[in-house]
Parts: sequence; structure tokens; C-alpha cells
Amino acid sequence: MGFLSVIKGGLTKTRNALLSELKGIVGAGKITDEMLENLEEHLIKADVGVEAAFLLTDALRENALGKSLSTEEVLGIMRTEAERLLSDPPPFELKGKPHVILVIGVNGAGKTTTIGKLASRFISEGKKVLIAAGDTFRAAAIEQLEAWAERSQADFVKHQEGSDPAAVAYDACEAAKARGCDVVLIDTAGRLHNKDHLMEELRKVVRVIKKHDPSYPHDLWLVIDGNTGQNTINQTKVFHQSFPLTGLVITKLDGTAKGGSVLSISSALQIPIRWIGMGEQIHQLVPFNKQEYVEGLFENALSNEDAN
Amino acid sequence: MFSQLTDSLESTLKKLRGQGTLTEENVADALREVRRAFLEADVNFNVTRDFVKAVKEKALGTDVLLSVTPGQQIVKIINDELIQMMGGETKELQLTGVPPTGIMMVGLQGSGKTTFAGKIALYMRSKRKRKPLLVAADVYRPAAIKQLQVLGKSIGIPVYEEGQGNPVEIIKNGHRYAIENGYDLVIYDTAGRLQIDDVLMQELEQARDAVHPEEILFVADAMIGQEAVSVAETFFQRLNFTGVCLSKMDGDTRGGAALSIKKMTGVPICFVGLGEKLSEIDLFHPDRMASRILGMGDVVSLVEKAQSVIDEKDAKDLKKKIFNNTFDLNDFLKQLRTIKKLGRIKDIMGLIPGLNKLPLDQINEKELVYVEATLSSMTAKEREKPSIIDSSRKKRIASGSGTSVQRVNQVLSQYDSMKEMFKKIGGMAQKQNGGTPVGSNYTPPKVKKKRK
Repeated sequence: MGFLSVIKGGLTKTRNALLSELKGIVGAGKITDEMLENLEEHLIKADVGVEAAFLLTDALRENALGKSLSTEEVLGIMRTEAERLLSDPPPFELKGKPHVILVIGVNGAGKTTTIGKLASRFISEGKKVLIAAGDTFRAAAIEQLEAWAERSQADFVKHQEGSDPAAVAYDACEAAKARGCDVVLIDTAGRLHNKDHLMEELRKVVRVIKKHDPSYPHDLWLVIDGNTGQNTINQTKVFHQSFPLTGLVITKLDGTAKGGSVLSISSALQIPIRWIGMGEQIHQLVPFNKQEYVEGLFENALSNEDAN
Repeated sequence: MFSQLTDSLESTLKKLRGQGTLTEENVADALREVRRAFLEADVNFNVTRDFVKAVKEKALGTDVLLSVTPGQQIVKIINDELIQMMGGETKELQLTGVPPTGIMMVGLQGSGKTTFAGKIALYMRSKRKRKPLLVAADVYRPAAIKQLQVLGKSIGIPVYEEGQGNPVEIIKNGHRYAIENGYDLVIYDTAGRLQIDDVLMQELEQARDAVHPEEILFVADAMIGQEAVSVAETFFQRLNFTGVCLSKMDGDTRGGAALSIKKMTGVPICFVGLGEKLSEIDLFHPDRMASRILGMGDVVSLVEKAQSVIDEKDAKDLKKKIFNNTFDLNDFLKQLRTIKKLGRIKDIMGLIPGLNKLPLDQINEKELVYVEATLSSMTAKEREKPSIIDSSRKKRIASGSGTSVQRVNQVLSQYDSMKEMFKKIGGMAQKQNGGTPVGSNYTPPKVKKKRK
């Protein structure tokens, strides 16, 4: 499944909102402050995020205020700005054997599902994958992950509910070394970023697996629910302060959410978006691609415009 | 980060000081601040626009009260309007139908339905004296049934399940099981689904028509963004849900979605989830939510919290001691423990207006632990008369508390400066208030400002 086809579907609403607004702008002659405010509103409505919306329209304000521009030119300015705001993830490569990935996030963001999908993806690429049930807190989280491990046919390491997640992570790394695994995916319990003791627990997990090998974890990915609003920025900031994140996973983009907050985060924190998750099926996870994302956001609006 | 609305309004409205009424011109800037604050709090765009309009109408021509500044005046108007918009008063579920009464939980994936099902079951049993049954109808997500079973077991509430069967059948059978076994409340946990997933939405409609639950509760993540309205509206159109539950309110989100959902559907918000433990559930209080959206802190919750841990007699004793300057280390320790009962310092500060923008991350909670350990390692006599603590006693206290002599010295000097401060306060109160001790009834005399 291509990233573009999926994101196109999800972005329909954004496009339409932008499209009608852009028509208004171009139709009405010179670009004024009032028009830009209107456009701003539409971008915010499309959950591009308040900050990103201001950033995009500020670019227009600088370059287009008082001018009569075509839809194409207006889109062009915004597209360039959006591309500037986003950063492409560096190509994913295995940095060790095993390559250890710690997956963190707030409750209900979709960590466990993402791990299942990632495992399946790595296995289909011929890698040997081990999953560690590091969410020892939530009721039946271990069973949930175990079901995903079975589906993707990954190795699975678990302890009992209520045990120390750091110990699970440590054992998983050891087992992965012994079994010659290529990738270790460590699940963690959902935690709100403003809970110190839970953040401390996570710090301990990192500390303990570093005893195994100081290069662990090679990757620390934060999973974010695509439906989340302005709190996305706070979440990412706080997690990033405690643990330098190497990537983001935006989930649940199969609804009408477009994860527009992506723009805000990426521009504010310079953390690459790695994956986009949509749907509950095991294959519904695709690598993030900046060009395609921006294209999905703007280019299609343009081609629709032409078709009309 | 988010700047406190009250503050930004204050600065915007500085020029208003001394003017008698709020006019169109002078509220325009304020309203821009409001708009931005609302959007940053995830309040839906259209709702924000309507709201700003309503506030503008109310604000124009209003006399500025003598005691408040125009900024406060506008905040008050906004606050009142917000509370009004969110339903005004706290609402309890009626549950008046023929038992077994049904409550069906619906919502997006990961919004917190299963946890809320457990929380409501516990709440209804302990607060409303009901005998609840949980029905596990989430057959899609791996281990969702197991999750509900574990939760049910932890609070001793039975869970009806049939494994991965047809959810509509499970719900029907669960209803029958409740009748046959004398349960007077059935809570149906359903699978998370997208509002645009037609097949799954139909399934919910069928389930509803099969058992006619008295309440259908839409569970929404408090962190949800502009998307909230389109999700809630579709769920509402298809299911006519009767109440809203907001999960993860213990996070630092402002929760503007609450306002949007209430405004667009007209359905009241019933419950908020405040943590991962099943006891962490509360009724929805519109006034507190309003303060939260506006970033004004939550003084009411703080006062309630404080009242629950502070003993009135202790407080009176303390007042006397401060006044008479007989406050010793025993009292210090007692106070410390009372404060600890309130929760983490960071959380408490977050509830106080103005303080919530301090760099709370830098507060070291452990500092208090050291102080308490040091105090605990002193004998009662030492605490009563700190002057007897000599260097050999200090050594003993340090090793007993696992701290150092420096730490002990620090605590003692803290105590000294506290005493010094109390002495001043006591003296001041005597002077200004004709000898009335410092206490809850004491308010400093107001200095009247000259008005133009």
C-alpha cells in the first residue's frame, strides 16, 4: 500500500476545505489580511495546528500580501513553507544486532498495535524480530501484545503482570542476543507525560538496557494519536526533554484526522516522523514521506482545482 | 507555552484602567486573545467564533465593577458564559428505568471505554448502591475481553463474556443474563471504532435496538483536537448518545473538546477520568472545567483537597503557635506531613492560579523527603527545643536519617528563618488588625485607587 494513496483518502477533507477557501482568495482579487485570517481559520479547522496555521499564513503574508496571485501561486508558497517545516526521516537502518527500539507514548495512543504492525513489517523484510511485553501495568496488555506477536510470528518475551518493565526489557535484549535476532521492539505502558513517577520508570528502563550495551536503545519512538489536538506538541516536548526521541509514529490517520499537528511538531522540535498508522489491520503502517505528505495536502487540491 | 489568559488580558487591557465601561474598541484586543486561547485549548473553530461573539455582546456596555479591573471583568464574563455553555450544573445519571438499566459505552479506539466501563461500574456500586454487571462486547481488539475481566475481578464485579462471538448477540445475551441473575445495572463495553466505519456503526445501532440501553455514553479522549466535533456529531447522529465521558483529564491538556462536544450535540458531560486506577473518576463540574480551559487554575479542587486532609483543631493550634511564636520542629513535621497528604507539590501548585506557569518541573519533590527524614530522626525533645542539638546530636541525626550534617544544618536554619518570618507576621497582624491573629478571616485593608 502506498503512502500517497492512503494519505490522499485521509486528507480529502483538508483538501476540500483549503480548496474552497483558496478559490475565494483568488476570486476576490488582491490578498488582504482578512482573507489570510479566513485561510488561517480553515487551516486550523483542518487540524493543521494553530502554530502551523500561523506559520503557513505568515509565509503568505510576507510574500503575497497586496498581490493578486493565482491559486497555483498561493499553493506554491504554502507548499514550499510546509516542506521547509517538515523534515524527511533519515533512512531507517539497523545499527546493531539486535537493533533495539523502545516504543513509548500516552495511554491509548496505539503503541501495542504499532509494535504488532512494525514486527510484521520487519519480518516480511526477512528480519528476525523479538517483541518484549514491557507494559506490565495495564490489565491484559501482555495478552494483547502476545496476540500481535502470534499474528506476525515474532518471538515474544514476557513477565507477569505487575513485574518491573525494566527487567522485561533487559531479558528481552539478552534473549535477542542469544537467539540472534535483528530487531527488538520493546512495548511500554501508556503514560501521561506530566506524571513524574511514570517518566522515572521509563528512565529506569533506558538505564537498565544501557547496562546491556550503552548504545541501547538505538531508537526511541513516540507514538501519537493523530486525533490529538494541541496537546500533541506538549506531549512531544516533554517526552523529548526526558528522552531524546529519534522518531515519531502518528496513528489512527484512517479517520477524518489528518495529523496536521505533524507540521507543528516537526517545525518546533526537528524530530522526524517515521511511520504513519491507519487501521487495525497488520499491514496498515507505512513509512512517512515528506514530499508525498505535502503533495497529499496541496498538490491534489491543485489538480482538483484544474479539473473543475 | 500557553500564556495565562487572565494575564494576557490584563496586559492587553492595561489602557482600559480607569475607564468606566467596556466599549467595542477596547474589547477587540481582548477578544483576539480569547480566540487564540480557545483555539490553543482545542475548542472547535466554529464554537470559538460563536463564543467570542456572545462574549462581545455581553461585554459591551457593561459597567466595570469598582473592585475589579477590566481584564478581570472580561474574564468573569467569559467564565460565566463558559460555565453556562457547558451545561451550568453537574449532572448525575438518572437511571430511573426498569432494571436492569443499561449503559452502553461507545467511542473511538484508545479513548478509554474499557477503563471507563470499570470505573462507572465501581462508582455505581459504591455511590449509587447498584449491583452492576459488565458485558464484554469488544470482540475485535486482541485481549480486550481479558482486560475487562481483569478489571472486573479487581473490583469484584462480574463480567459476562462469550469470547470472540457476535457483539450484538453478546449484548443481548448479557442483558438476559442480568435479568436472570438479578443485576440491576448492565454496562456494555464495545469495541473502539471510527465514526466513518459504516459496518461497525451499524453494529452499534443493532446492539442499541436489541437492548435499548437507558444511557449511551460517548467516551472521548480529553486531548482530542478539532476532530472532536466531526467524530462526536457522527456518533450522535447515528446513536443519539445521552452523555459524554472525558478520559485522561489527569493530563495537562486544556480539554477544549469538552466545550465543543457539548455545544455541537447539546449532550451533557457526565464523568471525567482522572487516572488509571478505577477509583479515579469524578462527576463533571462545568465551573472547574471553565477555569481549566481559561488556564485559571482550579482553586475549588484545591480547597476541597485541603479540607479533606487538614484537621480544623490542628489548624487553630497552628495559628495560635505562629502568633505566639511557639512554633517548634514538632509542628514543622506535622505541617510537612499534612502538605504531603495533599499530593505532590507540583500538582498542588498547578491548581493555584498564577502559580501554574512557574517552572514546576524544577521543583524537587525529594527535598521534602530529606527534610522529613531529618526531622523524624530527631527525638521529640530535640524537636521541641532545637537549641539543644549540638554537633554530636547532629551527627547522630544525620546518620539516622541517611543524610549529612550539612542537611541537618540546612533544616535547622530553615526553621530559624521560618520562625523569624512568623515573628514578623505576628507583629504585623497585631499592628494592622488591632491584635487579631493571622488567620482565615484576616484580609489586608484595601488601598483605594484614584480614578480619573
